[in-house]
Amino acid sequence: MSDLDSFRSDVAAWLETNAPESLRGRGASALEGVWGGKKWVYANPDAKLWLERCVEQGYTAPTWPKEYGGGGLSAAEAKALGQEMGKLRVPPPLIGFGLTMIGPTLLQYGTEEQKLEHLPKICRGEIRWCQGYSEPGSGSDLASVQTRAVRDGDDFIINGHKVWTSYADEADWIFALVRTDPEAKKQEGITFLLIDMASPGVSIAPIKLISGSSPFCETTFDDVRVPVKNVISKINAGWTVAKALLGHERTMIADAFGGGASGTSKKRKGLSDLARDYLGGDGEVADPLLRDEVAHMEMDTRAFLLTLQRTRDAAKAGHQPGAETSFFKIHGTELNMRRSELMVRLAGPQGLGWEGDGFDEDELARTRDWLRSRGNSIEGGTSEIQLNIIAKHVLGLPD
Amino acid sequence: MQLVLTEDQELLAKTARDFVAEKSPVARMRALRDSNDATGFSKALWKEMAELGWVGIPFAEIHGGAEMGMAELAVVMEALGRTLAPEPFLSTVLLAGQTLALGGSEALQAEWTPKIVEGDAIVALASDEARSRWNLCHVETRADAEGDGYRLTGEKIQVLDGHVADLLLVSARTSGAVDDAAGVTIFAVRPDAAGVTIVRQNRIDSRNAALVRLDGVEVAAADVIGAVGEGAPILEAAAARATVGLCAEMVGSMQEAFDRTLDYMRQRKQFEVPIGSFQALKHRAAREFIAIELSRTAVMAAARAIDAADDEAAALVSLAKAQCSEAAILVANESVQMHGGIGVRRARHRLLPEARPCRRAEPRGRCLPPAALGGVPGLLMQQPRARE
Repeated sequence: MSDLDSFRSDVAAWLETNAPESLRGRGASALEGVWGGKKWVYANPDAKLWLERCVEQGYTAPTWPKEYGGGGLSAAEAKALGQEMGKLRVPPPLIGFGLTMIGPTLLQYGTEEQKLEHLPKICRGEIRWCQGYSEPGSGSDLASVQTRAVRDGDDFIINGHKVWTSYADEADWIFALVRTDPEAKKQEGITFLLIDMASPGVSIAPIKLISGSSPFCETTFDDVRVPVKNVISKINAGWTVAKALLGHERTMIADAFGGGASGTSKKRKGLSDLARDYLGGDGEVADPLLRDEVAHMEMDTRAFLLTLQRTRDAAKAGHQPGAETSFFKIHGTELNMRRSELMVRLAGPQGLGWEGDGFDEDELARTRDWLRSRGNSIEGGTSEIQLNIIAKHVLGLPD
Repeated sequence: MQLVLTEDQELLAKTARDFVAEKSPVARMRALRDSNDATGFSKALWKEMAELGWVGIPFAEIHGGAEMGMAELAVVMEALGRTLAPEPFLSTVLLAGQTLALGGSEALQAEWTPKIVEGDAIVALASDEARSRWNLCHVETRADAEGDGYRLTGEKIQVLDGHVADLLLVSARTSGAVDDAAGVTIFAVRPDAAGVTIVRQNRIDSRNAALVRLDGVEVAAADVIGAVGEGAPILEAAAARATVGLCAEMVGSMQEAFDRTLDYMRQRKQFEVPIGSFQALKHRAAREFIAIELSRTAVMAAARAIDAADDEAAALVSLAKAQCSEAAILVANESVQMHGGIGVRRARHRLLPEARPCRRAEPRGRCLPPAALGGVPGLLMQQPRARE
């Protein structure tokens, strides 16, 4: 038995003993599950138990070094762990921007002190993070951020306004881009800063979307005092860190949305089942045109998932992943938008419900998912920005 | 299934790319076409490809083959697709070669496969008919039993490399109605047999093809491929492999057209700037890049699924065909558009007609129960998006 095989059987045995019964068979997408943080309320006490058990093993961040609370696993071991968890269809013990965005960025750019301060809390689900990038005047042109950070001894004094800060109302800390040199070229005057949301002067207001609700907030900084030691990398060198984090964000979004059937909620039906429910047909969907669209959708999703696999397989074989991460973001979100739209269309009049009688819970959820998905091609860098990135960095087309 | 090239496959890919760059520029194919060359490809180059071991890739070792798989063959065909090399891979190695390998008797294989592998025999599959539209089970050509053998009567169209074939594999109906899977029988027919007429055809993609008319052609029982009336599954399986080969060629030709177009976008100036700096074109180029990458993935997956006899192979072959056909059309059309006027000049064109019309869904029969796409049980995909 190879080392990997024995690791896999150890993991399977551990999961058999430790994965709570009530969580098995549920699965979950990357945007569902336990986000952690000081304000987190567990709907199911077993989710808390599951988190604690995984934290002990380092399984919330399997590939991170053990000294920072990770599992110290190789990529192959982490994949085996994921596969074994997949077999039981247990949700990941912990999700969120700490694990997917700021964590990987800290591993790359943080000082030893910063890593030891923040990474273990992320791994344990103690601190929940949110992202302070966009501003009212800085959407796609992210480098134009105006939130000011003025040096005052060992602190910065922060003043400004961030929008689209997902889950700011539930987060404990924020990683933010702030302007430290207003005279410099815009990319060269930005600093990447970690800010405690409990600091005096931070205020938060939720934003309502077309789907009726949203995780987004507006976050205002009014003379907020932040220690200079919370700067990641160097002062005025934040743009490089910001772009690295965006790479992690795109990967996270692609994983979350691109999965099609696997990325949707545990109890929702797949496209072909839905099509048969609403349109009839024994075995094959009765309406030939919609059947064709369903097939088209499933095939495109499959081609995308296989491409994600190809990148992973290439990485395992020692090849560097390239700028195709931006293709994953645009394509994954476009697939999700098409899928959610098709789902509503399949439902016919039942896809028109907003709330109340005559529509079941899934129908209402699908309609709201469809509305929510309209934002997918905007958040995390618009599709147009993704196309620019591909044209410049992959295809080498001139500015 | 690992969607990554092994070291050996990387090496094969490099050898093939270098060979094609050195010996088979696209100008070679154009010269053959424009001079109405009787063969339409180079027999000497075909022999060289055989000596490199490429022709023998999917054939059994006992017959001199390398007994490798579609994954390796796809790597070679992608390189050949870059410059539209007209050598008879699709016909001899895949369509007819695989029909022979999957259904041919020991005697037939022992006689023909070594010659194929050596590059000394061209074999062609005569399956399509005027009304079949790539449905391999739509067979009007009749095979009437007579004495110990059969008599074939009918007409086959666009038989790839049929004009120079040393052996024809012909589908004919021994029983059943015109679209039935049962009753299709495959026969090995010598092109010089009495009653066989072969007429060269010219296609837009410059691929070599011929009409094959059969007028009471006598065939011995020993020349039946597979069992009588049970040829359809053999044709289907051979067509699946050929489809993957075709898709690999498409990936090669779309990548080449795209690379050339990107070069042009960097160099061509209008309004004092390179046209590649215009966002309207950049974004379209980025869309092409995505389509090509998805195509490459789909071909890799289909090839490996066939090699592993995976249950999902049929679905993945359909996926590859659908993905590559759409992407090839997109890339070819965009390449022409981005080249402007010179994109439509026949004398210089290198993009559209030669990008090989990819909607010709050549080996694409669909009369057997089509495989359901993984995860979509019961969703029958009759000719999934590959139809014309």
